[in-house]
Amino acid sequence: MNIPFLKTDALPFCKGCGHDLIAKNTTRALEKLGFKPLDVIIVTDIGCHGIIDKCLNTHTVHGLHGRSAALGAGITFGVEEPGKKVIVFIGDGGSTIGLQHIMEAARLNLNMTVVVHNNFLYGMTGGQTSGLTPHGFNTTTSFEGNPYAGYDICALSHTAGASHVTRVMGIGDISDKLAVAFGTRGFSLVEVMEICPSYGMKLNPKRKLSEIVESAGKEIGEWFNQREPFNIRQGKKIADLLEKTRPVEKGFKSYLKKNTSVILSGSAGEGVQLAASLLCKAAMRSGLSITQKGSYPVTVGVGFSTAEINLSPEEIHFHGIAVPDMVVITSGDGLAHNKQRIAKMKDGFLFIDQSLEVPSTGAQVIQHNFRGIGARNASIFSIFFLAMKTGIISTESILKTIEEEGMTEKLPVAKIKEALVQ
Amino acid sequence: MQEKSKGSRVLIDGSRLMIEALARAGADAFIGYPITPANLLYQYGSQRMELMLAAPDEITTLQWMSGLAATGKLPVTATSFPGFALMLESMNMAYMMELPMVIILVQRLGPATGTATCGAQGDLLLLKGMISGGHPIPVLATADFMDCWQLSAKAAEIAVSLRTPVVLLTSKEEVMTHKSFNLDLLQEINKVERKEFQLDCEYKSYKPTDFVPDFLPVTQKRYQVRLNASTHDQTGILQHSNEESMANTRRLEEKVLHRMKAHYYYTFDEQKEASKLVIAYGITSSAAIDAVEMLRGQGEKVSLLIPKTLIPCPDFYRELILNYPRVVIAEENINHQFASLLFGQNFPENLAFCGSLGKMISPGEIMEEVNK
Ligand SMILES: Cc1ncc(C[n+]2csc(CCOP(=O)(O)OP(=O)(O)O)c2C)c(N)n1
Ligand code: SF4
Repeated sequence: MNIPFLKTDALPFCKGCGHDLIAKNTTRALEKLGFKPLDVIIVTDIGCHGIIDKCLNTHTVHGLHGRSAALGAGITFGVEEPGKKVIVFIGDGGSTIGLQHIMEAARLNLNMTVVVHNNFLYGMTGGQTSGLTPHGFNTTTSFEGNPYAGYDICALSHTAGASHVTRVMGIGDISDKLAVAFGTRGFSLVEVMEICPSYGMKLNPKRKLSEIVESAGKEIGEWFNQREPFNIRQGKKIADLLEKTRPVEKGFKSYLKKNTSVILSGSAGEGVQLAASLLCKAAMRSGLSITQKGSYPVTVGVGFSTAEINLSPEEIHFHGIAVPDMVVITSGDGLAHNKQRIAKMKDGFLFIDQSLEVPSTGAQVIQHNFRGIGARNASIFSIFFLAMKTGIISTESILKTIEEEGMTEKLPVAKIKEALVQ
Repeated sequence: MQEKSKGSRVLIDGSRLMIEALARAGADAFIGYPITPANLLYQYGSQRMELMLAAPDEITTLQWMSGLAATGKLPVTATSFPGFALMLESMNMAYMMELPMVIILVQRLGPATGTATCGAQGDLLLLKGMISGGHPIPVLATADFMDCWQLSAKAAEIAVSLRTPVVLLTSKEEVMTHKSFNLDLLQEINKVERKEFQLDCEYKSYKPTDFVPDFLPVTQKRYQVRLNASTHDQTGILQHSNEESMANTRRLEEKVLHRMKAHYYYTFDEQKEASKLVIAYGITSSAAIDAVEMLRGQGEKVSLLIPKTLIPCPDFYRELILNYPRVVIAEENINHQFASLLFGQNFPENLAFCGSLGKMISPGEIMEEVNK
C-alpha cells in the first residue's frame, strides 16, 4: 500500500492561507519524484507553517524559531544513505532571524531544500513586520506601510552559492517548480510568495499578491550555480591523540628535594615556550613531576612570552605560582611582565640578562649575557645556565632531550656549550 | 586503536585526554567555533573525530550537533561562556528533543567577554537554571587528568543512555596546563553501546522504557520518527498542555534525577574523627588536596570532598556537610555558587567560604580559612 505524504487534506491553517498550498504541492512534488514518506525528513520552523508537522507521514523534526535551516543542515551532514531528502519549511520571519543558517547551507551547497513561506509578516505572533516585508506593505506594527524594503532572500542565497534558487507565486499548481528544487543536487531554496488572509489581506485590502510582488521589485524566476554538492567523506586520516604524545624516559637523576617553581620570561619569538618544554621534559627525564603553562598576549607574535613551571620530586596537585622560587628574564618584555612578582620574592634566584636594569627584589640576583648568543636562542641558553647554576637538573638531561626531540640540528648546541664554559 | 604507549610518562594537557576519551567512548563528530580557552579542544577534536565541522557561530554549532544526533551521531563541542550563552536555547531544544551530545564548558573570567585567558568557576548557577522549567541537565566537573579521561567517557555514556545533552564542566587552567602524566594509569574505555529500537510493535518517538525513549535515527525507513522541541505527546506531536504531554515534560526531569543516580561521581577522602571538611570541585580541588595534606601534616583532622557530579546534585553532599561542625567550600568565584546549588541562600551556619576572582585559590588560602 502506498502511504500518502499527508494524513489529511484538511490542514490546520486559516482559510485561504498560502501555507496550505505549499504543503499540498510539496507532497505532490515528492510523489512525482518517486519518494516514499520515510525517505523524507521535513524540518519545520516555529511559525504557522510549522503546525503542518502533525499532518505529515514523513519523519518530522520541529525545532526552534529561525533555526530549522541549521538543524536541517545538521541532519544533512549525518545522512549517509542515498535516496534521502531533507526539506526545511520556514517562514519569512524565521528566515531572517536565521539568515546566517541559510547562507551557510547555501555556501556549503548542502544537499537540502529550504522552502521559504513568505507571507510578508510574522503570522503566528500577530502580523508584525519582518525582514522580508516589502516597502509600503501594512502590518500590525506598521499601519502606514513598511518604510523599508525587504531582503531579497533569493539573491542572497544565489550569491552565497546555492545550486538552485527559485521564486514562485503561491498560486495554482507549483509542484513542478518544487520538484525541480527537491531534485537538485546541492542546496536549493524556493521562496513562495503568499498572503496571510488573517493579517496581510485585512491590512492591505485592495492589494493583490501579484501587484505586491511586482511593486516590491521581486522577480519571479530561477537562478543557478553550477557547483558540486558538499561532500565530507574523503577518507580523513584519524590520529590517536595518545600515540602522538611521545613518552619521556627516565635516565638522569635530580637532587631536587621539594617543589620548585620557575618562571621563564622573554619576548615573543625568542624561544621561551620551547625552552620551557625542553626544561620540563629534561626534568621528567630526571624523574621529576612537572607542570607547565604559557602566557602571552592575544597577539602572540609580539610582546612578552612567559612560561610558569613547577618541578617536584612528588606528584604535583596545585600548579599556581604566586611567588616563584626562580625567575629567568631574558628581555625587557619579560621583565615588565614579571616585575611585581619579582618584587615579592624574599629569597630564591633571579637570573636576568645583563642588558636589563635589575629590579628591586629579595632574590639573589645573577646577571648574565643571555642575549649574546642571539635573541632567538636567549631563552634556550638560559635554561642550560639555570641548570648549571642551580643543579635542579643536569645540563646533560637537557642535551639528551634536545637529541630525543630531534632538535640537535635546529638549535645551536655547540655554541651553547661554548658559552656555558665562558 | 591500540594503546601503544605502555610504560609511558608523557607531557600532556587535559584537552588531549578529554577528546581522546570522548572519541574512544564513541563520539564521532566535533563541531567547533573558536574561543579561548577551549581552542585546544577544538584543535584536537578536528584531528581525532571522524567528522569535523567548523560552524559559523555557536547557535549553528548546537543546531548542527542536534541534526547529527538525530541521525545517530554523538557530537561534541567545546566552548566558554560567551559561546555557551548563544547555545542556550538550542541546548534546551536538544534537551527537549532528547538528543545525545557532549558540551565541554571551559570556564573563564566573566561577566561577558571578561578575561579570555583567565580561569574562573563562575558558571555553575547558570547551568543550574539553564533549562527553562528548571529541569536538571547532567553536569560533570573534572578535577584532574584522570577525570579528563574517565568523566569524559562517562559523559558520552550518559548522553547516549539518557538521550540528553551533557555538560562537562572544566576551566582554563585544567585544559591548557601541561603536566607530566603516566598514561599507564588510564583505564581502557569501551565504546558506548547504542541500542536502537528493533521490536516489531509500534514505535513512538517519546515512549519511555525506564524513563528513556528508544532511539531511532531519522534516516531509517521502518518507523516514522518525530522529534519535537515544542511540548509534545509520546508520538512527538505538538500539544498545548494535555495530560500526556505534561507527563512527557515531567518525565524529562524525572529521567535525569532518576537515571543519574547511577552516575553520582565524587571523591570522599574521609579522616576518622575529623570535625572539619574541605569541599572543592574542578580546578580548586588540586589546591584543596594540598591544603588537606598539609593540615593533616600539622596534626589537624580534616576530611575532603571533591564533588564531580554537580547536577543533579547528590543528596550525599548536603548530608555530609550537615555532619561536620565546620565546612570550608573553596571555589573560584565570589558568590558561593556550589553552596547555593545545595542550600539556596540559606546557608547552614557551619559553612565557611574561600573564594577568589581572577586568580586560582592557593592551598594556603584554604588552610587559613580552615584554621580560623
Ligand atoms: C527566539 C524566538 N523569538 C521569537 C519567537 C516568537 N515567534 C514565534 S513564531 C514567530 C513568527 C513566525 O513568523 P514566520 O516565521 O514569518 O512564520 P509564519 O507564522 O508567518 O508562518 C515568532 C517571532 C520564538 N518562538 N523564538
Ligand atoms: S495567521 Fe496567517 S499565516 Fe497563520 S495560518 Fe492564518 S493565514 Fe496562515
